[in-house]
Amino acid sequence: MRRGLRLIGLALREAPKPFTVGGLGAGLYAGMTVLSAVVLGWVTDEVIRPAFDAGEVDRGLLWLAVGALVGVGTLKATGVIGRRLGAYAAQYRLQSIYRRRVTRQYLKLPIEWHRRHSTGELLSNANADIESAFFIAAPLPMSFGASVMLIVTAVLLLVTDPFLAAIGFTVGPAIAAVNWYFARRMRLAAMDAQQKRADVSETAHESFDAAVVVKTLGREGAETRRFGAESEGLRDKMIEFGRLRAAFDPLMEALPNVAILAVLIVGAWRVGSGDLSAGDLVQFAYLFRLVALPMRVFGWLLGELPRAVVGHERVEKVLLAEGEMEYGTAIGSGDAGAATAFDAVAYQHPATVREDLLPGTTATDDADHTRGVQDVTFEVAPGRTIAVVGPTGSGKSTIAALLVRLFDPHLGEVDFDGADLRDLARSALSEHVAIVFQESFLFDDTVRGNITLGSDFGDDEVRWAARLAQADGFVESLPDGYDTQVGERGSTLSGGQKQRIALARALIRRPRLLVLDDATSSVDPAVETAILTNLSAAGLPSTVIVVAYRRSSIALADEVVFVREGTIAARGTHADLLRDVPAYAHLVTAYEDVHASGSEVSA
Amino acid sequence: MPGIPSTPATEDDQMVGSPSALPNTRDAAGAWDTLMRGLRLSPELRAGLVKTLLLALLATAGRAIVPVAVQQTIDHGLGARGGGVDLELVWWAVGIALVAVLVTAVASGFMNARLITAVETALSNLRIRAFRHIHDLSMLHQATQQRGGLVARVTTDIDEISRFMSWGGLNLLTSVGQVTVATAVMFAYSWRLTLVVLATFVPFVLAGRWFQVRMTAAYQLVRERVGAMLGAVAETVVGAPVVRAYGVEQRTQQRLDERIEDHRSAAVRAGALSSTFSGSGEVFAAIATALVVVVGVVTGVGGDVSAGTVAAFFFLITLFVDPVLIAAETVNEGQTAVAGWRRVLDILDMEPDVADPVDGIEIPDGPIGIRFEHVAFRYPKPGEVAADASGPTVLHDIDLEIAPRTRVAVVGETGSGKTTFAKLLTRLMDPSEGQVLVAGVPLHRVAFESLRRRIVMVPQDGMLFEGTIADNVRMGRDDADDELIELAFIELGLADWVEELPDHLRTEVGERGTALSAGERQLVALARAYIANPDLLVLDEATSAVDPATEVRLQRALVGLTAGRTTVSIAHRLSTAEAADEVLVFDAGEIVERGSHADLVDAGGVYGVLHESWRRGSAA
Repeated sequence: MRRGLRLIGLALREAPKPFTVGGLGAGLYAGMTVLSAVVLGWVTDEVIRPAFDAGEVDRGLLWLAVGALVGVGTLKATGVIGRRLGAYAAQYRLQSIYRRRVTRQYLKLPIEWHRRHSTGELLSNANADIESAFFIAAPLPMSFGASVMLIVTAVLLLVTDPFLAAIGFTVGPAIAAVNWYFARRMRLAAMDAQQKRADVSETAHESFDAAVVVKTLGREGAETRRFGAESEGLRDKMIEFGRLRAAFDPLMEALPNVAILAVLIVGAWRVGSGDLSAGDLVQFAYLFRLVALPMRVFGWLLGELPRAVVGHERVEKVLLAEGEMEYGTAIGSGDAGAATAFDAVAYQHPATVREDLLPGTTATDDADHTRGVQDVTFEVAPGRTIAVVGPTGSGKSTIAALLVRLFDPHLGEVDFDGADLRDLARSALSEHVAIVFQESFLFDDTVRGNITLGSDFGDDEVRWAARLAQADGFVESLPDGYDTQVGERGSTLSGGQKQRIALARALIRRPRLLVLDDATSSVDPAVETAILTNLSAAGLPSTVIVVAYRRSSIALADEVVFVREGTIAARGTHADLLRDVPAYAHLVTAYEDVHASGSEVSA
Repeated sequence: MPGIPSTPATEDDQMVGSPSALPNTRDAAGAWDTLMRGLRLSPELRAGLVKTLLLALLATAGRAIVPVAVQQTIDHGLGARGGGVDLELVWWAVGIALVAVLVTAVASGFMNARLITAVETALSNLRIRAFRHIHDLSMLHQATQQRGGLVARVTTDIDEISRFMSWGGLNLLTSVGQVTVATAVMFAYSWRLTLVVLATFVPFVLAGRWFQVRMTAAYQLVRERVGAMLGAVAETVVGAPVVRAYGVEQRTQQRLDERIEDHRSAAVRAGALSSTFSGSGEVFAAIATALVVVVGVVTGVGGDVSAGTVAAFFFLITLFVDPVLIAAETVNEGQTAVAGWRRVLDILDMEPDVADPVDGIEIPDGPIGIRFEHVAFRYPKPGEVAADASGPTVLHDIDLEIAPRTRVAVVGETGSGKTTFAKLLTRLMDPSEGQVLVAGVPLHRVAFESLRRRIVMVPQDGMLFEGTIADNVRMGRDDADDELIELAFIELGLADWVEELPDHLRTEVGERGTALSAGERQLVALARAYIANPDLLVLDEATSAVDPATEVRLQRALVGLTAGRTTVSIAHRLSTAEAADEVLVFDAGEIVERGSHADLVDAGGVYGVLHESWRRGSAA
């Protein structure tokens, strides 16, 4: 509860202007609501009853009544608009403020931090969590208005008549109690239903994705039963929620009506004893009708508060996360391939890791994540092409990531042109070094935008890079060529096409160090060969490090670094290693072995 | 409730399905049509509807009782026309009203519960039926719809109907009842005052229409901008390594800030419209009240109107405001719901073009030979069936025979027709011309039960389901016990791999098998096919490279799996083509070469070129 109040205080401080508008509006609305009932009471006593009793109409009073009713109504409308507009403006202002802060953190925090959190978690931090944290902004002005209304009504009741007050003080808390009870239970039921809805959706996704398997194995019936069970689970939760509402709504409608009827009976008795006027009776009956509805907002606010606090805490965790990669000031000169070196480098992966961030690895490659690399030392002379080869989980991708400073080694040093990579300035690093991941990531932009990434490259350069990456052909055949929108994460392109665009993105920068981390795995072998041949013929000013499985990639390297269990097991030319290192030979010739045994069977 | 912004729904696949979420502009007749079609398909909605509507009538009738009690009390109880307070009459009036209020509450509670139960039951059944129907549609139909779109048919589309029916629809129902009852009571009191009130509300209803159109557009814009914003947020998360490696933080943040601001301004604009509209309701209510006072007093004195009547009108007017507000907001929801419903019904209306034949025949026991008789395939344009398809031709006049127990490799460029060939062979699609025979029997006459038992396809990605490895393998054969499954892995030479897994056969593969690597998923898929023990096996080899250790296992398992069966492999690997008895080379929808690997290499045609690039790719 205290944390809830703190969150409310924080929200008020962060968006003072909309909340002021909303608060003023709510106050006006509350005052005018009570006033409208008072005016009706006055109209009843001073205009209507005398007119009917006396049989004649006082024109002046009548026009005054009209003026009062319409005037109060207009002011009340202004209050409603101010209150709601303030609430909306505050809510969305807060959402946008926090979305900006959270995403700035995402862009600032080190990759290691990213790797400790799942994609789903980070997406929901920036979206659902922020939404639920500041959902409470919406009912705040109304809560303020309702409080004002309650207090004024209570005072009015006490001043007017203790018996009528007794009714108010009985029914009011009853409404609050019903509200509180149902708001909580309904929220829980709604959350259950939401969970079930996610399950239904996940099952549908999985099942339709595997439609071919479902079809060819004749699993339609079994799948329908599985989906049916999920759907019925959702149905039951929705019915449970619906039943709660079926009890709640009529109760909330009946309680004020019961209060109005009580006002009638008690009021009539008090009118008889001369303590009240008929106008008072109309006034309070009307007031109870108007005040009951806004009371609901408290139940709603209290119901949302715990969820808002949880949401805010999650967001806060992101905002308070520390760490930023520090960069040096060196600008790194030269226009030929860079010399790069590892000096006794060790890197230990954090325990929980996102599968999707270190491309080229999958969830089962736990070894790679948990172990990392240790005692890795090697040097690469400028302009050389080196293949990094090793079994899954041996640390190849870790070496690739360290080379481009996605993270820093825990021990040792990665050197670039003889100096520590950490000395390089931020801009120099991305100018001289480029990496292409296996999981190519495209932005929701044009093909051109994905290659240039907003830098100032000419059309010729874009085409040159695309040709080198064997992307020019298919890009030209796209509806708008280089200006074709690729869709969210390049959804309109195939895996191989995405990889080639990602490759062009690296090549256009003419990096002095180019790291290809299994970057052409989805490309047809024939095309891959063409790409690699192009690359060596193009005379790029680059030192190239290739992490690869396919022998075509390995074969083009000047030298091979053989990695096993997080460290370098051997180094030499492909031919040398093939001859001298049995483990290496076993690894890279596995393919031919199988081929041979396959032939035997078929023979 | 006022003050609650209706935050637009942000479904998981909104980004995929957003174009279809556009408000439908078809006329009311279309909506009515959809409604009738929907009701016909969901008898659960009609069952007991009469009883529910009676309860609804009871529930709304009670809403007008309190104003009547007020009028009675003022006019007769308080002795408005002279005389003292008649407490006994007030007791009676209040007592009757109290009973009515309680009956109303109970009736409305039961009505709500009945309605929601009926709606949710009907929708769950509709969901399940649509799910099954989508699986019954051919690959071709499934392919014409985006995958995300298909999921939306059984999730968000139906959720929209549910949301509408159990919130907006319910409110609309009681609102209509409320306005009707209030109008009737008003008329009973005074037709003059009633006309005054109705006349005042005409401009309000017109204003409601004006606002509704603009709010629909405004919320639609909000939905689009939410999608764009979430996409941009995802880029900073999923694309973090790329953003970092290329140093494009600033550009990324700038694009993101724009989208965040776009969303905020659209949302506030929609909120402003909705706020102004609900505020205007207060003005109209005040004008109506003032006019009632004036007209009531001026015409009433000496006429048929009493002080109590005027007071009763104060209360009756409040019954008018909310329904108009609700109606305006509900129309949006209603349009979305009807559009969703129509999409679901449209899917159900699609005739499965590849259906289980009536009186289907069995494939004769024993090894299966294949015959294609002048088979052609064209993609049908929307609305066409396979037989009169007039779209692009992807297979021309394929005529061939494959002997039982032959191992055939199918090779060719992307788009050469080799995948279509495989789909026709497994009857995932039917040919436009000619026919496919297996073991001498026309494929389209074969009962699905026999077809699926005897012919099995292994797709490119393993395509696993959440559950254990054993669960996934068992999909190939329902009655297989763990022992049999273990045996399958042993026979495929994969026992050591299973042994390495944390829980062996009971290892959870995760959602869509993502806890395993692509190659490992393939291994499970091969075991699944093996245990199904088909006589014809169709393999679609994965294109992407897997690590060498898994590659070895894959190749070893394939040898075990294909032994003794007729096998057609869509080959991406040289080794597969080399090991095959025969190679079919596809080019532009035709088989251009056919023969053993060695013969084709010697011939130096299309295959020769392909082989050369493969060879360079795999040999050092």
